[in-house]
Amino acid sequence: MAVSESLPLRPTPRPATAPSTWVFLGALAVFTLVVTVMASQGMISTAFVKTLGKTLCLMLAAVAMDVVWGYTGILSLGHMAFFGLGGYMIGMWLMYARTENIVAPALAQQPLPPTQDEIRDAIGSQIFGVVGASDFPLVWMFSHSLVAQLALVVLVPGLLALVFGWLAFRSRVTGVYLSILTQAMTLALALYLFQNDSGLRGNNGLSGLQNIPGYEQVPQATISLWFLWASALALALGYLLFAWVVSGKMGSVLRAVRDDEARVRFLGYHVEGFKLFAFTLTAVVTGIAGALYYPQAGIINPAEIAPIASIYLAVWVAIGGRGRLYGAAIGAALVSLLSSWFTGGGAPDINLGVYTVQWTDWWLVLLGLSFVCVTLFAPKGIGGLVDLVQARRVPDRQGDYGPDKGAKRQEEGRE
Amino acid sequence: MTLLEVSGVSVSFDGFQAIDNLSFSIGEPELRAVIGPNGAGKTTFMDIVTGKTRPDSGHVLWGEENRNLVGLSEQAIARLGVGRKFQKPTVFEAQSVRDNLAMALKAPRGPFDVLLRRNIDEGRLHEVAAEIGLEDHLDRPAGALSHGQKQWLEIGMLLAQEPRLLLVDEPAAGMTTAEREHTTDLLNRLAQRHAIVVVEHDMAFVRRLGCKVTVLHEGRVLAEGSLDHVTQNKDVIDVYLGR
Ligand SMILES: Nc1ncnc2c1ncn2[C@@H]1O[C@H](COP(=O)(O)OP(=O)(O)O)[C@@H](O)[C@H]1O
Ligand SMILES: [Mg+2]
Repeated sequence: MAVSESLPLRPTPRPATAPSTWVFLGALAVFTLVVTVMASQGMISTAFVKTLGKTLCLMLAAVAMDVVWGYTGILSLGHMAFFGLGGYMIGMWLMYARTENIVAPALAQQPLPPTQDEIRDAIGSQIFGVVGASDFPLVWMFSHSLVAQLALVVLVPGLLALVFGWLAFRSRVTGVYLSILTQAMTLALALYLFQNDSGLRGNNGLSGLQNIPGYEQVPQATISLWFLWASALALALGYLLFAWVVSGKMGSVLRAVRDDEARVRFLGYHVEGFKLFAFTLTAVVTGIAGALYYPQAGIINPAEIAPIASIYLAVWVAIGGRGRLYGAAIGAALVSLLSSWFTGGGAPDINLGVYTVQWTDWWLVLLGLSFVCVTLFAPKGIGGLVDLVQARRVPDRQGDYGPDKGAKRQEEGRE
Repeated sequence: MTLLEVSGVSVSFDGFQAIDNLSFSIGEPELRAVIGPNGAGKTTFMDIVTGKTRPDSGHVLWGEENRNLVGLSEQAIARLGVGRKFQKPTVFEAQSVRDNLAMALKAPRGPFDVLLRRNIDEGRLHEVAAEIGLEDHLDRPAGALSHGQKQWLEIGMLLAQEPRLLLVDEPAAGMTTAEREHTTDLLNRLAQRHAIVVVEHDMAFVRRLGCKVTVLHEGRVLAEGSLDHVTQNKDVIDVYLGR
């Protein structure tokens, strides 16, 4: 101890990104490569590739959730609304363009060549027949344009988050009340979309999204890989972006807002501005994740925006470990994959003689229990295991500094 | 020149009159000690100036343009140049001493400024850390510091902000005699260029500051003047000895 006190601890400027970022990105690259090879060898099915691709999107949403909750302390229970909106925005173009590709050649067979309006009407009655309408609602104004809809993938979740966040943060709603407010937001949006005259086909939602217009001839096996790569790339870029955001002074201020926002104000920081920044940025990234998710899922409907979806997102982050990006990503991957395994009938039923445990029913109970256990006994989540491993290694490596300084290093490593 | 002028300020909490038609002013530079028994309203006075508590009536005028601070948000007031050290040290315990100081350092405060301008004034940071004796503790979590060190860190955060007016609430609590002397020296030095209001109970500490003293009692100014002057005041003696 005496040694450590007298050692001039030269403070070194912290690296811009923690080593865990590069480990994560490396693992992601290896994963993508392995899945690609296995898929092209026919070792895993196209459906499974899609499941993995979707999982990457959920991981991205979870990383965003970690930034807004784990770092900034805003327990948003509405982030999956942004995910769904991203999906709807890209879904509109996918449906429009695909229907056009089917309708236009059919109309061209007629003796009189069809006008633009006729083609548009025909697409409209194809898409909106299920809700007893045929005219394009206003919200489909730009659906013919991929560029416009891609812009909306960013703009719609971003603007909703900006307006909602501004109203909520400005009136200094915090804690549980803010969480309830975000639940109300996602519930209201889901209920609105459930209506047939919402313009987004009510509870039918948008379907056939796995068919990519212009690439009808390309087999789904190939398309599933494209989306896997795109999802992996988005996750990598999103992870890098957030790792950069939560490093340095920005990360410092965000964590300070989480721990004691009143004190941050006295330092001259506009707390609401920082919350709004985190809320909106994560909403935008979550929207992009949704836009990549739903073409792999093939269908989106308002049930996807139901409040429970956002609660799951929070559960994943809690189980994975709040306040460290890789923890959130691991939690989302593990729990969502386990969830599809259990609910998809992958897990064998357990016959207890008097009662048979069917996992399709009991999975939620198991998940709920795990959540309670993690909250009570392992608040650091799965990510906390990394600390345990490091705590064993670090004192050996830095024996000179003594255990307390070694402990500090770990903390920096995960920031 | 008068930097801060508080005039006719009153505030009550659920009918309890915590500040009662208080008037107070301080120039720049000036050092002022505020003393008074517990519950006199010293902390509430600072809450009003920093925007934490909104007074029921009265003005808080600031700077050359006599801008009214009443109704401004805490961060707006802080940005105008009012810095505060809390009675109970409130540092960000989960973060390192370095991060605490870096957050406080004078720099643009907007989210995008903070995000994009990443270089921290290391020279200034070390200067402050040396002043508060925490240079060798920069990488420790603030939560691991002793109570006295947390006091120092909070003083350091106040210095790092480079405010025009420093409101220092009971800085010496939990400090050793040597540390108290260091604190008074520091405050005296700062007072050559800044306006400083120090709340303190310890009379020896106030004596070392050697400045004008304002005595608060039940939300009102009871006496004002040199320490010797106010300690001879009959009302002050009653309040302090009558307790
Ligand atoms: N937010 C509040 N709500 C109710 N009463 C308060 C509040 N803040 C201060 N008070 C009361 O106002 C009086 C003055 O408190 P304070 O300014 O903290 O005194 P001092 O700092 O001089 O010891 C005390 O009686 C205290 O209980
Ligand atoms: Mg007090």
